[in-house]
Amino acid sequence: MERSRSCAISVNELTKVYGSLRAVDRISFCVHEGEIFGFLGPNGAGKTTTVRMLVGLTNITSGRALICGHDVVKEYKVVKRLIGVVPDVSNLYLELTSYQNLMFSAKMYGVPRGVREERVKELLKFFGLWRFKDTKFKNLSKGLKRRLTIASALVHNPKVLFLDEPTSGLDVMSRRILWRQLKELNRQGVTIFLTTHNVYEAFHISDRIAIINKGKIVAIGTPEELSRKFSTQEVIEVAFQPSNPELNDLLEHIKGALDIRRVGDHIEIVPLDKASVIENVAKYARLRGLEISMLRLRSADAEELFLKIVGEAK
Amino acid sequence: MIDELTKSFYIAMKDFREYYMKPGALSWGLLFPFVFALAFMIRRGGLTEWLAPGMIALALFFGSTSMSAMSIVFERRFGSFERLMLYPINYTTIALGKTLSSFLMGIVSIVPVFILTTAVLRITPAHPILLTLATILATFESSTFGVLLSFMVKDPTQVMVVFNLVRFPMMFLADVIVPVSLMPHYILPVVLLQPLTYSAEVVRFGYEGSYDILPPEISFTLTFVIGVLFLILAGYIIKRSKP
Repeated sequence: MERSRSCAISVNELTKVYGSLRAVDRISFCVHEGEIFGFLGPNGAGKTTTVRMLVGLTNITSGRALICGHDVVKEYKVVKRLIGVVPDVSNLYLELTSYQNLMFSAKMYGVPRGVREERVKELLKFFGLWRFKDTKFKNLSKGLKRRLTIASALVHNPKVLFLDEPTSGLDVMSRRILWRQLKELNRQGVTIFLTTHNVYEAFHISDRIAIINKGKIVAIGTPEELSRKFSTQEVIEVAFQPSNPELNDLLEHIKGALDIRRVGDHIEIVPLDKASVIENVAKYARLRGLEISMLRLRSADAEELFLKIVGEAK
Repeated sequence: MIDELTKSFYIAMKDFREYYMKPGALSWGLLFPFVFALAFMIRRGGLTEWLAPGMIALALFFGSTSMSAMSIVFERRFGSFERLMLYPINYTTIALGKTLSSFLMGIVSIVPVFILTTAVLRITPAHPILLTLATILATFESSTFGVLLSFMVKDPTQVMVVFNLVRFPMMFLADVIVPVSLMPHYILPVVLLQPLTYSAEVVRFGYEGSYDILPPEISFTLTFVIGVLFLILAGYIIKRSKP
């Protein structure tokens, strides 16, 4: 079903070279119309360079990218009318109010005079900024600045919205509000390309995720597909009373464990054979005269999955 | 074409609203030329008929270049300049927008100096229409020069230092304060290389009805051509600034 949908963003062998550094190395992917596409990777992986090439802020060394069928280099003006871009920093104009900032963007995108004001009001209300419409950008909180920067990218009703680290530095509340609003925008038909290094964010709100590392795409799929493909590991969490033992002692006695680590007030064991590990944990507790105060089996979380995919997992 | 011009006007209005009250634009663009002219006036007989058009040229030069310094260097440093590159417009339109905001500031800077010079000297400009045209052309040329120069500076804390390193020698070498006739002959090529020389020449002709170096038809043409060349070059530099 999904494969029959057309590509809002189509990237073919896209490459960026800075001197001797290949920042992006022949990546290819398709972002389907109407999906939230997470572009995930560690710092310096090539995420921002990719986005900058797609939106026309960085020259492409080789390869090709199309947005809604238009070449991002040859038809850059058409493409810029179709996209909204939210950079990793909230960079609107400090001395302008929320209203003035949005009006400026509307004028620059060529939003017709008759609908400009209505559209700006609608966005201010949608993002909960109406009561800050006369507040200068410099006086807004970080979360409100972020919301206004996103609103500014939506003023011309773009088909595709690029967001570079949209929730970076935001508190939990602001982050959740923003996620809800992005989901709502997506429901209204906006294709969202979300660049992030926040694994939870990518897995939480994306329909599909591409993971980039050292300039190459190392995995692509839905969060469920990635979990199925890469997550063979489960984790056993255990806590002992009166206190947790030394890890070396545990390693000696718990057979069938791939890794044992201390996490907060408990110990995590990555099992090769979970039944054998659980049995050995019980034997070990009896041997040392310890009481097991907690024993739990859980699947690897998104972060562990990500580490495994980018090849950094222990 | 009309659409691009309209958008450059929006950029100019945004810049003017954003930067005209910034300390750099206010002190170097508005106060400095006025205080400089005032200093000549206080020294009895200092603000001569010859010096008055030079003071006007200086005001429009400092006013326009200070505005471009603020609007471009600060925006490039804080990332908001890139916003302009995301809009569906030509790179030259961005350069023109920045030129127009600098132009507006240049015109604003002239007003107090013009009032001061005409009130003190009680001179009626020789060619009021030509003076208006000269002021427009000279401010346009100074604005494009300022826009171009702004792309050479990256650090906002150094912007006025760098700009003044360029502007102060020009003040003395562009027939503004020191008449070219009092300078050694070998300085003339340097004088002719200054865009400010042509600004001062056209304003002088409109104000006094005479010229020092070049006939008015040449200086008017050169002022316009240099302005357009700087504008095209600024558009090209914006395009080339993409990594």
